[in-house]
Amino acid sequence: MANLASNFIGIKSPNPFWLASAPPTDKKYNVERAFEAGWGGVVWKTLGSEGPPVVNVNGPRYGAIWGADRRLLGLNNIELITDRPLEVNLQEIKEVKRKWRDRALVISLMVPCDEDSWKDILHRIEDTEADGVELNFGCPHGMAERGMGSAVGQVPEYIEMVTRWVKKHSRMPCIVKLTPNITNILRPAEAAKAGGADAVSLINTINSITSVNLDDFSPEPMIDGKGTHGGYCGPAVKPIAMNMVAEIARSAETRGLPISGIGGITTWRDAAEFMALGAGNVQVCTAAMTYGFKIVQEMISGLSQYLDDKQIGLSDLVGRAVPNVTDWQYLNLNYVAKAQINQDDCIKCGRCYAACEDTSHQAIAMSADRTFTVKDEECVACNLCVNVCPVDNCITMVPMAKGSVDPRTGRKVGDYANWTTHPNNPSVAAE
Amino acid sequence: MSNSPLTPGIVPGRLPADAIARNFSDHEPALDRHEARVAADRCYFCHDAPCITACPTSIDIPLFIRQIATGTPEAAATTIWSQNILGGICARVCPTETLCEDACVREAAEGKPVEIGRLQRFATDVAMAKGLHPFTRGAPTGKRIAVVGAGPAGLSCAHRLAMHGHDVVVLERRPKAGGLNEYGIASYKATGGFAQKEVDWLLSIGGIEIRNGVELGRDVTLDQLQADYDAVFLGIGLAGVNALRAEGEDKAGVRDAVDFIAELRQTSDLTQLPVGRDVVVIGGGMTAVDAAVQSKLLGAENVTIVYRRGQEKMSASGYEQDHAVQSGVRIIHNAAPLRILGNGHAEAVEFAYTQDGPNGLTISSETFTLKADQVFKAIGQSLAGAPAGLQVDGGKFSGPSGKVWVGGDCAAGGEDLTVTAVAEGRDAAEAIHARLTGA
Repeated sequence: MANLASNFIGIKSPNPFWLASAPPTDKKYNVERAFEAGWGGVVWKTLGSEGPPVVNVNGPRYGAIWGADRRLLGLNNIELITDRPLEVNLQEIKEVKRKWRDRALVISLMVPCDEDSWKDILHRIEDTEADGVELNFGCPHGMAERGMGSAVGQVPEYIEMVTRWVKKHSRMPCIVKLTPNITNILRPAEAAKAGGADAVSLINTINSITSVNLDDFSPEPMIDGKGTHGGYCGPAVKPIAMNMVAEIARSAETRGLPISGIGGITTWRDAAEFMALGAGNVQVCTAAMTYGFKIVQEMISGLSQYLDDKQIGLSDLVGRAVPNVTDWQYLNLNYVAKAQINQDDCIKCGRCYAACEDTSHQAIAMSADRTFTVKDEECVACNLCVNVCPVDNCITMVPMAKGSVDPRTGRKVGDYANWTTHPNNPSVAAE
Repeated sequence: MSNSPLTPGIVPGRLPADAIARNFSDHEPALDRHEARVAADRCYFCHDAPCITACPTSIDIPLFIRQIATGTPEAAATTIWSQNILGGICARVCPTETLCEDACVREAAEGKPVEIGRLQRFATDVAMAKGLHPFTRGAPTGKRIAVVGAGPAGLSCAHRLAMHGHDVVVLERRPKAGGLNEYGIASYKATGGFAQKEVDWLLSIGGIEIRNGVELGRDVTLDQLQADYDAVFLGIGLAGVNALRAEGEDKAGVRDAVDFIAELRQTSDLTQLPVGRDVVVIGGGMTAVDAAVQSKLLGAENVTIVYRRGQEKMSASGYEQDHAVQSGVRIIHNAAPLRILGNGHAEAVEFAYTQDGPNGLTISSETFTLKADQVFKAIGQSLAGAPAGLQVDGGKFSGPSGKVWVGGDCAAGGEDLTVTAVAEGRDAAEAIHARLTGA
């Protein structure tokens, strides 16, 4: 079994799987159950300032979308930060950390955007012995309207300012949690770095309406006939999150800034993908909310087996795919592949044919006995047939050997060449 | 002229070799990767899952299925084996339809449970094909333990003891290890010599010595074992066979079903194995079904199972009964044998109809006769060769005593199933380990 011990910005945990700041980490009872199940760490659900806690709605606070077989693919929520008194949270955090020394315990914070508020809360959490703080600049609902959460996270100057305050008033490692509800994730990441953040974590949830009640004409979740946008998470957001993680990992400005990856991580494979794109560890919420804390066991066994099979250590995995994330213009235009259908695996559903014939390049032939074959002279290797095929690995993309002739273009497969030198590129022609 | 299903008497080669080979091939072929993926996708990963509770070895079924779903069947196999070291054979022979799959919430939802047994086989097959054995011996303890019986209980016990660093000697009266896995279950459930492969795989942990041809009571006594070893585990099964108590039971052609099954399992060329034209199997359990179905597959013309009580009382599962019927076996309920007819050799069996009422079974005066040149008795096994000094209740060892532990079919508790035997062997090993090390 590979060693999964993780050291993220000096915060040690027996594995890189943390529970994200969210309902599962709201209180001692849940967090201890999570640790018993094997989670490496938690980010405690966001604490606010001293005083009367926030209140939550008393109707449904989650909405969802499902795939086939009612598999939960996306979840949104309109829950706010912790609605329990600050003192209770601090006492419980202290108790949990003392009992679970080997686990990571980070406290998520969200207070009004003034230095005194931040100074005060940092002072209050000092003797909990927590391992670090995460600044919640991400929550897109409820708190944003009060000038907190994503209202801060959408303004890079605020991010930098608050991060500076935190670094000034605390010696704890500081993770800045970013909102995806912006146009370019690099600006807030750069601001966090400029403010002295030890790491960023992303993504927080995405503004969303999951469904509309067509009888009452209200978004859902519906509270007394009305609904509001909520924060979207779960497997559906993973591609969006991974792109943002990769952008930060490969940008010259932010390269090397530690990243805690968040967004739809459900299996060991999801975690490994985030880590390959540069995440030093990962945080999970929706998968635990869907299946319970026990899912971490599959993540542990799966990642461990993967590392053993690859004969690499956990740290070798982090960022391993980053050099291969590039801009479109640098992709090899002389790489030619053709779809190939394995007739033994084919169940003759014809979905590849419908997709290709109706919406792509008319590159699949269908015989009277429903045998589907690829027309190499038409196939542009778009991959749509692979994506719509219900049988895993039945259709594959086979690269053509260098020097062979592409029957579609009649041209030989040549050496690497990209758009920057392509004759059709106007900027090349201009030179 | 070769034999056919119509040839009178008990003769070999009633069917051509290719038909017999086909009949005895894997009756439920392994899932391929795609099928396993689709089957695994159906699992809901239930909390405190009912399937785990229903499994006598408490395998973490949702976890192993999730591990299959995420492309790590090797990890799934480890999950299975850490609770049930004979998870490979159990995947093939467990009556899952009355255990895990009966408890599956999708059985309640759709009448179609997750295919737990087949998924378990997929995972263990993949891992065994890769030669994985994810357990190692613990540091040697210097303790020696004798295990009597190399069946599922004994093997499970031996492996767990070896994991804890103890030295284990397994005494087995038969020429091969495996117990009922090797001698007792239908051939088509464990094709390709799987039972022996699994034994070899299990023994690869080291620290286990098997001594074949050693029988308790004949070659060694319990007192000797207790004197020579730090602990003794008895997993001796039920070696006795219940008598029919019907007239003519001693006629030629009348035989214990377990002997027929054992002979069939040890016959390399099934075209050489004789079987009757009209076969009657008396009993209502898995053994009756295994004997009847295999007789049919060998080419017997008519095979009938006769059970003295109603269908609902048959201990063979519904799945097994259906399998028998689909194989062409006729099942007659509520009839008890009165006498075997025939001049020296069985020719027919006379039965009387029965009624199962509040006062027990009553035999009616209505009778019928079935042609039978071969009769198999499958009305249950019993404890035989039990050493003195151990308490026996209801025909089974009631529990551990001194430095002797018991498990499997010979011990009280649980059903007489492979999976139950594995659980009892494992738990006895843990108890022995705790006693010997004070752990």
